[in-house]
Amino acid sequence: MSKVVVVTSGKGGVGKTTSSAALGAALAQAGQSVVVVDFDVGLRNLDLVMGAERRVVFDLVNVVQGDAKLPQALIRDKRLETLWLLPASQTRDKEALTEDGVEKVMDGLRARFDWIICDSPAGIEKGATLAMRFADQAVVVTNPEVSSVRDSDRIIGLLDSKTRRAEGGEKLEKQLLLTRYDPARAARGEMMKVEDVLEILAIPLLGIVSESADVLTASNLGFPVTLHNPASPAARAYADAARRLMGEEVTVTTPKEKKAGLFGRLFGKRVAA
Amino acid sequence: MATTTGRLAAPSVRVRGRSFMALIITPEFPMSEWFAALDAQMRGSPELFAGRPMVADLSDAAVAGPDAALVVLDGLEARGLRIVGVEGVDPRVLARTRWERLATSLHGRDLVQPREAPPQPVAAPPPAPSLLIEETVRSGQVIDFESGDVTIVGAVASGAEVIAGGSIHIYGPLRGRAIAGLRTGEAARIFCRRLEAELVGVARLFRTAENWGPELHGKAVQVRCDRQSLRLSLLD
Repeated sequence: MSKVVVVTSGKGGVGKTTSSAALGAALAQAGQSVVVVDFDVGLRNLDLVMGAERRVVFDLVNVVQGDAKLPQALIRDKRLETLWLLPASQTRDKEALTEDGVEKVMDGLRARFDWIICDSPAGIEKGATLAMRFADQAVVVTNPEVSSVRDSDRIIGLLDSKTRRAEGGEKLEKQLLLTRYDPARAARGEMMKVEDVLEILAIPLLGIVSESADVLTASNLGFPVTLHNPASPAARAYADAARRLMGEEVTVTTPKEKKAGLFGRLFGKRVAA
Repeated sequence: MATTTGRLAAPSVRVRGRSFMALIITPEFPMSEWFAALDAQMRGSPELFAGRPMVADLSDAAVAGPDAALVVLDGLEARGLRIVGVEGVDPRVLARTRWERLATSLHGRDLVQPREAPPQPVAAPPPAPSLLIEETVRSGQVIDFESGDVTIVGAVASGAEVIAGGSIHIYGPLRGRAIAGLRTGEAARIFCRRLEAELVGVARLFRTAENWGPELHGKAVQVRCDRQSLRLSLLD
């Protein structure tokens, strides 16, 4: 049974693309066959984050419009056998997508892959609504700040009303991925607490990813963070989130602030998990 | 439509006016077809005319001459209709006929209703006086229920709106906007378990969050109208 997962947020810059790549790679590392689909037509990024920007020939718009066959547009990851990318077009805009065309692409992907990760563009317009339209479940990426939380709340409302599943009277499973979490700032009260975000959004927690330089470095190098530095806290958080997506019971731990003194004492030693 | 009855009561005579309802019937040419349609209607809903006082509007029939009006009246009587008056015809036409005692000076107004007898509509269930919402109202969603009260078991998120004809009851936190009393006006109230709202309004009065003190924030609060101003008070 293949699953279509939309990674969405409403707000831009919260980490949808990074999370799509990292979750996709983590699922593939766990042996699943995965395709990550970039829905951000016109502002594509996923190819960069996955290090495939120089291999794009055909894209989602070509397939939707019938100019290319699905296998022609799919790009296999060089590092992971079971990880694929369906890139977006950079030269077109979201109006080039049609609901029928996207549905056909989704059906084609369902026949081939265990997981179809749809990287949604920001906003609530056509690109975002088509990315979520055929989803079986959703990962709502949120930063612990009020604007991001409110936009996520809006997206959850749309997931509950504008998706095929919701229109068919079925519940669409939604999980929260809290990214760019900064334990030090949260402790100082400069950032929303995890409990506060969960209380407002009222959906189950898929994972908490701390703000970290590892994520940025990996993105710039064209690596999903779970591939670039699997031991980093961010990579472990994504790997755990991927296991939870697969239905495993893994407890979520809230990242704690590292105290300078403790860090100094542990310097040079291995930090216990 | 309206008839006046006198009631004799010795020794003094008391005369009272009272309005009654009568059905107006307007025979039209061609008369044979009109009577056929009347027969069909009477078969379909016999209770519609049974025992009702009727007034015949003969303005169409009278055009064809004085005899036509009399023939029409005969036809109506033959069908058992209780004609109590006529209109649209010169009273002299009826003079010295057996119809001359029919009331001709009738004052009345048409009811604001379709003239055609309604074919007994199936009574629609009355609109629900209240709306119950069991889940969270998300940012950007609008709950607009102008026919009555709204009860929300979950939360109302920041950027969501709840609009009610009557009162609003929110058992989760109210973080968005709530506007009550679109229909009931100042009688409406807003109740919430936790006030973190952006705006509350009742009738035409509203207040934004900066206009109430921190002592109400996060508390169980009711909002109501009191002498043309909005009053927020703690429930506990």
